Amino acid sequence: MKKPDLKAIRPYGDHLDDGIMQFSFTLPIPPSDEAREAAKLYLEKLGFTHVQIVSMELVGEEFAFFVAYAQSEATLNFTKISVPKPEFPIIPHDQLLKRVQEKIGRRLVVIGGTTGSDAHTVGIDAILSIKGIKGDKGLEYYPCFQVINLRAQVSNERLVERALELKADALLVSQVVTQQDQHLKNLRELTQLLKKTHGLPPHLLLIAGGPRMDHRTALSVGFHGGFGPGTLPSQVANFIVHELIRRMHGHGKKETSSGRVEEHVPHKAPPKRLSLFGWLSGGGKGS
Amino acid sequence: MRHSTVSVERAVLRLLGINDSYKGKPLANHLVESLPPEKLAQGISVWFGRAMATHRGDPTALALRIAEGKISWDLPKMDMETSRRPIIALARQAVRRLEEIAEKKRQLIQGVHQARPLKYVIVATGNIHDDVVQARAAVLGGADCIAVIRSTAQSLIDHVPHGATTQGFGGTYATQENFRIMRHALDDISKKVGRYIRLVNYSSGLCMPEIAVLGAIEGLDYLLNDSMYGILFRDINMKRTFCDQYFSRLVIARAGIIINTGEDNYLTTAESFRAFPQVLGSHFINEQLAKAAQVREEQMGLGHAFEMDPTIEDSLLYEIAQAEMVREIFPNAPLKYMPPTRHMTGDLFFGHVLDSLFNLVGVMTQQEIQLLGMPTEAIHNPLLQDRAMSLKSANYIFHAARSLSDEISWSPNGKVIRRARSVLEDTHKLLQKVNQVGLMKAISLGYFANMTRDVEGGRGLDGVIRKDQGYWNPLQELLERPLEVHLPTHGDRSAHRAPHHPPHRSQHRSAPRGPQRDASPSQERVEAPQGERRRRRRSRRPRNFRREGNPAVAGPGQEVTAREPAKPPTPDSPEGTS
Ligand code: B12
Repeated sequence: MKKPDLKAIRPYGDHLDDGIMQFSFTLPIPPSDEAREAAKLYLEKLGFTHVQIVSMELVGEEFAFFVAYAQSEATLNFTKISVPKPEFPIIPHDQLLKRVQEKIGRRLVVIGGTTGSDAHTVGIDAILSIKGIKGDKGLEYYPCFQVINLRAQVSNERLVERALELKADALLVSQVVTQQDQHLKNLRELTQLLKKTHGLPPHLLLIAGGPRMDHRTALSVGFHGGFGPGTLPSQVANFIVHELIRRMHGHGKKETSSGRVEEHVPHKAPPKRLSLFGWLSGGGKGS
Repeated sequence: MRHSTVSVERAVLRLLGINDSYKGKPLANHLVESLPPEKLAQGISVWFGRAMATHRGDPTALALRIAEGKISWDLPKMDMETSRRPIIALARQAVRRLEEIAEKKRQLIQGVHQARPLKYVIVATGNIHDDVVQARAAVLGGADCIAVIRSTAQSLIDHVPHGATTQGFGGTYATQENFRIMRHALDDISKKVGRYIRLVNYSSGLCMPEIAVLGAIEGLDYLLNDSMYGILFRDINMKRTFCDQYFSRLVIARAGIIINTGEDNYLTTAESFRAFPQVLGSHFINEQLAKAAQVREEQMGLGHAFEMDPTIEDSLLYEIAQAEMVREIFPNAPLKYMPPTRHMTGDLFFGHVLDSLFNLVGVMTQQEIQLLGMPTEAIHNPLLQDRAMSLKSANYIFHAARSLSDEISWSPNGKVIRRARSVLEDTHKLLQKVNQVGLMKAISLGYFANMTRDVEGGRGLDGVIRKDQGYWNPLQELLERPLEVHLPTHGDRSAHRAPHHPPHRSQHRSAPRGPQRDASPSQERVEAPQGERRRRRRSRRPRNFRREGNPAVAGPGQEVTAREPAKPPTPDSPEGTS
């Protein structure tokens, strides 16, 4: 088989570089020959060629639902892509505990919950509760963490209150409801609130998670790490430990990758992002 | 009766006709909040009655003046007779109105042939006017029931918003005006399609009883109404919500509304394969709580779901077993069957396949209401096209497998029957445990949905009112009087069943069955004659899955359900049960 040219990739349908893509969408007009033509022209306007409207159906009284196929000439240089992601090694459970003992010498206080009016707990429970997910035990299983799970519908104020009270080392925030970017608003409000709060440890680590979360998004709202669908607690445990050691002891030498997460980082990020947490160098945000 | 709640008192005011709003807050809230606690402990009816007897005039105008602070609650003493008279008249009128609503609903449904399962879809644009557009499209695509999903966390707001709303998060606010707008649109389209389209909303959260009142007044057909859901998934205090539920169900019962219970949700936090006994156990409890509030079996839309991990081998068989057993255990209940949600992912193509199997199970086990799954369940509230795809699948499958259930009988020791038996046995064990500790304790111990809730914790506890000796709630008194339904005689049955089961359906209702007693090996498949099948639909006992002489299996129907329930807390004694 011909190898794809990573500098110029295209969608694959039946053979390399045919550029075939599948669409389904609705137009606010009832089906007609003109409606079919409109759907075709719309895709052409987006730059597609060989447009085929393969299905057109009436929905309600005034909508047409289309399924279409089309091809694209556009290519993409895959080698230029970089996605910021947390970089950390994944080391076995015992070694992780040892690292905490050696480098920190006490248990780490981890507070988690789903904030705002969001009532979803399954995700945060998967990360925190001993049961974990997919056979991967949650943070409660690790003796190096003292885990406080505030569950759902936690106000940012309450989260900060508890963080002060318990001298939190890390806050783990889940956001599942993302309509109208509610999750970003909640997370931003939390970082704002934290900036105004005195008495939190400067190394306080902020981690966000949820089905629409990724590292870049988390960074953009002032968090230090973001985790999306399929996250395993062991990844989060490692991130917390390695990152807190770095934050407490300045920029330590990074260990080499052995975990799933690092395997995904073959591409060099622009220098600013390479230092995992842009503003870590600024001395943290806690106080 | 030891407790009332602020929302029950507000619902009383609403039944008395006080539904306007002042400065962005309902008059009902103004009144209940301004009444000093020691007076509120006697019930809003006592004090509003005094105000009416003192100041006369239109109740709403009076309420407005109280809200404005122009009239204070320092009211002259008077004899009971005088202060109660104006309220009693209004209360009687309110109850009559609820009865008329029920009667109207009955007439609307009577004679309309609508195949089962009814196809139930949600709309949730946040804007009631856009909701109408989407609802109309759905009805034309075959939908029978339209649920307007509420804005995220409306359940935690301690008042009912007022007026038409055009902005919401992940749903549309439940308001009286929004109900009216959607009801009007559905009545309109009902005429066009020749089906009666049911409207659904949520009598849940901190305003549970008030929404029941508003929903009744505006002609809603189904209300999600399940205190356990609020406790477990919204962290609403249990005392508050059991009290609220009792009163809301009294209203619902009288208005002929069907409740939808929320047990299906347990399977989002607990795995269906292991946790289904929690669902069934909770059905038995919910049934008793409903009966205690005059709700008839025909109004009990108990909820269950197709939520098993699809990677389990034979998961389809287990789903069938569960759906069929719930159907047979509650033969008169208009069951609501919920789609896969937990195991839906961004792969909407696979999701569509899962939903198709769910539809097949729904029609083959003759569910009453099928909440259609959406291929995009893991992504967003359904778009117009998602709903259209989903309706198309259900239309095809329900039509293609219309009579499938008549053809099926289960092999007596097959996987389906064995699964049902084991669920039933575990349910019985669970209910015995619940019975030992009381329902509130059971919830606090995490027996349901693997969620633990503290008896004294959660939202809304501050709205629970300990009643004074002089407490008076005329509406509750009137609604507690058993509804005088004309119970049909045997021959009259189809008329009685008509609202939920049109004749063509009850005739074909088959209850595929297993062995009545130990089946001899030669008797592998047992068919019931038509006549017997029809009768069996009324029987409470799970016929298929009954094993003669095994108390653990015959048990729940008799010991737990029919007689002593698992100590459902009456609002009288929320603490008494824990
Ligand atoms: C279960 C569920 C519920 C249950 C929740 C029970 C509970 N106690 O959690 C119930 C029934 C209560 C519910 C209610 C509602 N839900 Co809901 N629900 C779901 C459902 C089916 C599954 C979510 C789930 O549990 N996933 C499994 C977990 C393990 O996945 P996860 O959350 O992604 O978590 C993983 C990662 O994201 C990550 N992660 C998550 N959090 C964190 C945190 C940290 C710190 C880290 C490191 C990692 C991490 O790790 C986890 C493990 O890998 C989804 C649909 C779906 N299939 O996704 C809808 C869904 C999430 N719900 C939705 C909605 C809208 C609601 C409601 C708002 C509806 C309404 N209008 O009333 C209400 C919620 C009200 C409220 N106040 O929030 C929408 C959200 C739409 C959106 N994009 O905003 C969805 C997508 C359904 C839909 N299509 O409408 N829901």
